[in-house]
Amino acid sequence: MPSKEEVFEKVRDALVDALGVEDDEVTPAATLVGDLGAESIDFLDIVFRLEKGFDIKIPRGELFPEDILTSTEYVVDGKINAEGLEELKKRMPFADLSKFEENPVVQEFATSLTVQDMCNYVESKV
Amino acid sequence: MRWFWIDRFTEMVSGQKATAIKTVSLSEEHLHDHFLGIPTMPNSLILEGMAQTAGMLVSEYNDFRERVILAKVPKLMYHSRAVPGDTLTYRAKLEAIEESGARATTTSHIGDRLQAEAEILFAHIDRETAHRPLFRSNDFGDLLRSLQLFSVGQKADGSKLTFPEHIE
Repeated sequence: MPSKEEVFEKVRDALVDALGVEDDEVTPAATLVGDLGAESIDFLDIVFRLEKGFDIKIPRGELFPEDILTSTEYVVDGKINAEGLEELKKRMPFADLSKFEENPVVQEFATSLTVQDMCNYVESKV
Repeated sequence: MRWFWIDRFTEMVSGQKATAIKTVSLSEEHLHDHFLGIPTMPNSLILEGMAQTAGMLVSEYNDFRERVILAKVPKLMYHSRAVPGDTLTYRAKLEAIEESGARATTTSHIGDRLQAEAEILFAHIDRETAHRPLFRSNDFGDLLRSLQLFSVGQKADGSKLTFPEHIE
């Protein structure tokens, strides 16, 4: 099983290749969208690189639960309701959603994912 | 004019790899001004050729039912010019494919010489409207016949690829 440092280094390499950013920009606290400029298609690129780099399978919706974010059951007036937040936490135990919870606007969700969240996710898979 | 930047397939192994060729000719109008006195196949059209080779490989994997678009080119490198008289051989390898898209690596060779290489990401789009025809009448079928894809195509087990029944 790779160490936390090894996981971080491989995740960093994947993000550098997928997003064209510099090594030192990829810090644990950096957000994928806000700080590193990831766009929606980049997530598919990142998923392919992580799958190859760690020899894991990342099922659709596991890293980025689109079904919850587009569900009329969980989204009211553009915000995730309490049930939706519970579901997100259940599905994404690797992510720190505390900041998102303060103002759970769907459009802001992608901007809250950090490099550390991604490392935590990978660690749960390897 | 049609946006065809490969002449024909010479190999297609379902879900694995494809090879197509493009012969560069001075009779192609876009070479007359690109550049004056130094006709050069535009690099962007070589990328398009590599993407069409890989795109057909991706599209065939799902029996041509998905709408496959070029979404991103994470890596691209050109090593030399391509000029009239050259035959470009585009090779594509399917590295990964899933519900939302695919990743392929591609090369362009002139003879044995590596001319260009690229990594290309494709997305499957508009899944909810995928049942609607994307092309008029039998345009897409004619394209597949023109490219001789089914003359050379094989399934992964080596058996012959057959023309999809849902395409005219």
